[in-house]
Amino acid sequence: MSVTTAPARPTSEPVAFTQARLPRLAPVLVGVVAVAAAALPVLLLDWGLVAWALVAGLVHLVALPAWARVVEGPRGAADRMVTGLVWAACLVAIVPLVSLLYTVVDRGMAAISSTFLTYSMYRTDLDQEVGIYHALVGTLLITLGAAVISVPIGIMAAIYLIEYGKGSRLARWITFLVDVMTGIPSIVAGLFAFSLFILLFGPATRLGIGGSVALSLLMIPVVVRSTEEMLRLVPADLREASYALGVPKWRTIVKVVLPTALGGIVTGVTLAIARVVGETAPLLLIAGLTTRTNFNLFSERMTTLPVLIYTQNANPGIAETPGGTPPGIAIAWGGALVLILIVMMLNLVARIIGAIFAPKTGH
Amino acid sequence: MRYHVATIAADQRTGPARLGDRVFSATALAAGIAILLALAGVFVFLAIEGVPGLAKPAEFYGDATSFWGYVAPLLFGTVLAAVIALIVAVPLAWGIALVVSHYAPKSIATPIAYVIDLLAAVPSVVFGLWGISVLARQLQPGYVWLDENMGWLPFFAGPASGTGRTILTAGLVLAIMILPIITAISREVFSQTPRLHEEAALALGATRWEMIRMAVFPYARSGMVSAVMLGLGRALGETMAVAMVLSAGGGISLNLISSSNPASIASNIASNYKEGTPGKIQVLIATGLVLFLVTFLVNFAARWVVTRNERKLTR
Repeated sequence: MSVTTAPARPTSEPVAFTQARLPRLAPVLVGVVAVAAAALPVLLLDWGLVAWALVAGLVHLVALPAWARVVEGPRGAADRMVTGLVWAACLVAIVPLVSLLYTVVDRGMAAISSTFLTYSMYRTDLDQEVGIYHALVGTLLITLGAAVISVPIGIMAAIYLIEYGKGSRLARWITFLVDVMTGIPSIVAGLFAFSLFILLFGPATRLGIGGSVALSLLMIPVVVRSTEEMLRLVPADLREASYALGVPKWRTIVKVVLPTALGGIVTGVTLAIARVVGETAPLLLIAGLTTRTNFNLFSERMTTLPVLIYTQNANPGIAETPGGTPPGIAIAWGGALVLILIVMMLNLVARIIGAIFAPKTGH
Repeated sequence: MRYHVATIAADQRTGPARLGDRVFSATALAAGIAILLALAGVFVFLAIEGVPGLAKPAEFYGDATSFWGYVAPLLFGTVLAAVIALIVAVPLAWGIALVVSHYAPKSIATPIAYVIDLLAAVPSVVFGLWGISVLARQLQPGYVWLDENMGWLPFFAGPASGTGRTILTAGLVLAIMILPIITAISREVFSQTPRLHEEAALALGATRWEMIRMAVFPYARSGMVSAVMLGLGRALGETMAVAMVLSAGGGISLNLISSSNPASIASNIASNYKEGTPGKIQVLIATGLVLFLVTFLVNFAARWVVTRNERKLTR
């Protein structure tokens, strides 16, 4: 713009190489004005805090680009507009997370009592307390089973991909299909285990181990990907030093490569467990539902925490007082709180392990 | 010592000679092949149990007369919920990814990325619970308003659902659930843009947005596309949130705010498997096979785009 007007400029005036800009504090200034401006209709029409925030945000999103358009021109206005929009996207995404966590903690705390974690849903008389002990046991055992199946397969497959099959056609296909596998819907994994066990043991089979098989199908790709990533970070110098000392390849892998990458692998496995521990759909199909505590993966049905939440919410029973919370809903929220705590704890543990044993890439 | 080194060198050239090496590499190979077999097994076992469900007598298909008549509304419901989720989630995810990769200073970008990852850690059944009891109730007055004021649009034809448990609510819950994966992949590709491209654009006088449009987006385009497709794959297969939030009924309809939309394939399986006779279960498994093939194709295409792009970049 300044280029087109340049010839008309008297020569004595210095040529401006920079465009006019809004002051640095312009966004803050507009923000304050927007909040104040939004307060007017909110106070007049008696809206809530949420409406205030929304109106203030919209005023800000419109006012700042408008001001920029006057001072900086259309390009600057577009830039301000997009900056506002991307930050708004962040805020919008955080709202549901905060709402969800608040609701779960708020309603879940009400359900948790001294008997909630230590009693099962199996009652011998009607006044007995109920809890989620059986579901905790089920979740623990089935997830453990899934880990026992998928960790060795996942780690060995990653070793094949990095140490043995590097660059081969088979390895490329496995890498690609593992990526595709991460997108398998969990219900399909459940149907797979369901079909498999129906074929093997006859119709209406419900076993805890079936749940483990279904979950391991979801878990293996995550373990392979993270292990692969970690093995790739192990410096080639270490392997070569070991070969030079006359150590066979397999002992090099077991004694040098895996220990170096151990922290990262453990982190990956923990994150994979955190991912499958909250799975509902496959376990609904194959592990079934029971009110008793079952310690045997290989016989009878087994309830897990997510399935318990789902079924309690679907069939909540009748509230003791009219208009009160049905008992099932309270149990569902209590279970949800416990489940979220388990998942968050696993994530936290994974991150701590990852931070302590950060891969040693340097020399 | 010299002898050992010589053997190792021979090992490297002529293949594993020692027993330990042979056993170990064979085990590793077997694990790799086991994964391929597992994937093939999913297809084979679903086919064995599901194919009989394709051609059952008409009474197995409820209101419909054939399998395709039964699965078509479900497929429509699946796709509709996924499309709503994408329309909402994709712009948000790209916005967040840009904030993390280009707008925010590192001290703010890391916590934002962490919070979005936290969203990925919430189990789907908890999302479902929240969707029914918080989101659906909050949205219900909004649906009534949409019905009254924008009822001339086919999407908002109404009558508005009394509980808020509509396909739009289900789609919004799905949007929150697929947000993390789209964000994570977009963030990755955005931050891989060569620094020199960005600085060249800025040096030519581009504003930050123009720099992103001219340097970042063209570079990241295929990554952005595959991120969307992976999100689509997630949304198509998500079961519990839809099964819990959506109160399904009726046939194919674009009406988003009443309870007249069909369920999705996955949620239909989850809510009907219990009353299933073996014959009915076979029908459900057949619908699962359809879902598997659809999501497999979507994921396959998405990953193929990513891999091709990676190879292009390394060249």
